[in-house]
Amino acid sequence: MNNDLKNQADELAQVFASDMVGAPTGVGRFGEFGGMFVPETLVPALHELEAAFKDAWADPVFRNELDTLLADYAGRPSPLTRCDRLGEQLGFQLYLKREDLNHTGSHKINNVLGQALLAKRMGKTRLVAETGAGQHGVATATAAALMDMECLVYMGEVDIARQELNVFRMRLLGAEVTPAVSGSRTLKDAVNEAMRDWVGTVEHTYYCLGSVLGPHPYPWMVREFHRVIGTEAAVQCRVALGADHPTGRPDVVVACIGGGSNAAGIFSGFAAFPEVDLVGVEPEGGAAIGHGIPGIVHGMKSYLMQDEFGQVSEAQSISAGLDYPGVGPEHAHLADSGRAKYEQVTDAEVIEAFQLLSRTEGIIPALEPAHALAWVVREKESLAGKNVLINMSGRGDKDVGQMMEVLGDTL
Amino acid sequence: MSASDLLPFQASLEARRSSGGKCLVPYLTGGLPGWELMLEAVASAGADGIEVGIPFSDPVMDGPIIQESSELALAAGATPPGILDGLSRLDIGVPLAVMTYVNLVYRFGYERFADSMVKAGVSAAILPDMPLEEAGDWCSAADAAGVQTVMLAAPTTPDERLSRIVERCGGFVYAVGLLGITGERDSLAASAKVIAKRLKEVTDLPVLVGVGISTPEQAAEVCEVADGVVVGSAIVRRVVETRSPESVAEFVGSFREALDKG
Repeated sequence: MNNDLKNQADELAQVFASDMVGAPTGVGRFGEFGGMFVPETLVPALHELEAAFKDAWADPVFRNELDTLLADYAGRPSPLTRCDRLGEQLGFQLYLKREDLNHTGSHKINNVLGQALLAKRMGKTRLVAETGAGQHGVATATAAALMDMECLVYMGEVDIARQELNVFRMRLLGAEVTPAVSGSRTLKDAVNEAMRDWVGTVEHTYYCLGSVLGPHPYPWMVREFHRVIGTEAAVQCRVALGADHPTGRPDVVVACIGGGSNAAGIFSGFAAFPEVDLVGVEPEGGAAIGHGIPGIVHGMKSYLMQDEFGQVSEAQSISAGLDYPGVGPEHAHLADSGRAKYEQVTDAEVIEAFQLLSRTEGIIPALEPAHALAWVVREKESLAGKNVLINMSGRGDKDVGQMMEVLGDTL
Repeated sequence: MSASDLLPFQASLEARRSSGGKCLVPYLTGGLPGWELMLEAVASAGADGIEVGIPFSDPVMDGPIIQESSELALAAGATPPGILDGLSRLDIGVPLAVMTYVNLVYRFGYERFADSMVKAGVSAAILPDMPLEEAGDWCSAADAAGVQTVMLAAPTTPDERLSRIVERCGGFVYAVGLLGITGERDSLAASAKVIAKRLKEVTDLPVLVGVGISTPEQAAEVCEVADGVVVGSAIVRRVVETRSPESVAEFVGSFREALDKG
């Protein structure tokens, strides 16, 4: 099965590569969004990175090395799980793409293994990264340990407090965790600190950015490293839906959106098929597409929550991983073009969904994909009878401490 | 272009240079309590031009000192139109440039911002997160309004790119003196003179080194090659700590003195 899946996925990847979710144009543009709005110091490094990525991505040796790591180290392919109990309760067929079962507990490892291999190939000896919930930080620390590289992770002071388990994991893996103490002291500020670090260390340091964010080539490169989610899911859905199904594809694909990397990964497997609805789910308090307007920060033009003067707003979400006022530029483009739609859910709906999946399916989701779940629960009537695929981007172990406080003795 | 055609900021720097002197451009964060008085004091202490920062919530090119001053100014209610308005009411006899991040300008509207700069008597803009690749739209608006765009050149910039940067640049060339963000440093980075020298070989524009110029001695040292310096964090730290225009002016005066001694 695994080899068969792999071959089919490769075949599909070739089809998709030329499609809607394809290469950016001009200076990293997806429609009008994207670009390279960074201090001059970093521009040559970004040009170098773009060239190195193109070269590596076209090199079968690199691809094979990455595929081997993804299989033997991260545990790919991740399964597709049909959720019969919850599906019956909601009135539609529910499938989860189980990125929560990857090594380190989320989809983040796909991107990090790719970037760390690339960093090695470029001769860099040190990784810096930002992290929100800590999943990208843990994945980066893991790759650094595996590949014998120095690793420093910036994390907002607020997030350090609410995700202390992941902070300990990073330190256990040998990484240094430095608090970001300015601004909102969350993911946005951790990105600022990582960029500031890189401005000073660019000659030997590789910035391992954790989402489809930032200056070109990151939004494109990170999506390519997560494309594996979508290509696997496309093949798995075909098998799961059976030979009788007319297309072998789900009706709706749903993913949570912070920066948007897990969504970009799974959307890439379906964007070429207009009959598949793509839905990104943002937190109400961090809805760049829902509540933002175009702006420029962290090297990119995209939708951004900001005030009337252009000062960036502080996002407010129960989920540290989605607590970000911007969004990846490709999502801004998918929203404007109408190919994907973006919805918002509240913290309260997320808390409900978090418990619901735990009880009905024995899967404790991370708070981030619980947003996607919360939306399908709310929309159960309009989804009735459909095949719905959710990207279960991470597991909830990291959130248990926080949820113990939220739920208290109500359980 | 004859000297009389030059916009005020560049004209002031070129006048200093042609008289055999070195240019001094202090940076001050706009919108801090009492900032207009601080500008007046610094102008009278020997500045050839003043770079006024319009504070942004996410200043990625700035170190802790300018981050702090930006946060203080924002907390005090600083806004781009408020600062431009304040500048339009000042008459300090020294030309002005604004330094800010591209989102504030984009949000304001490129044309409207350029026009507001002209109305405020500001002739140059420095946007550190707007490299050559992204400068087109702003530069069109700025050129049309009669505002010069100061481009940054970094130690990492390759030669071929350096030529394209100075071609697009106006007012002066901002040579980033080191690999890193703004902030005080104990000694002058070796990269400072190197980038200044590389720029001097490809442009007649004044070449001013900024980022990491913290003392009068460092300023004099880099000006063995460069046409002048931009001094930010070292001044802003004193602004925030002392809130005294007199002591800040005295500090700026010590740079003037060191540059005049050569």
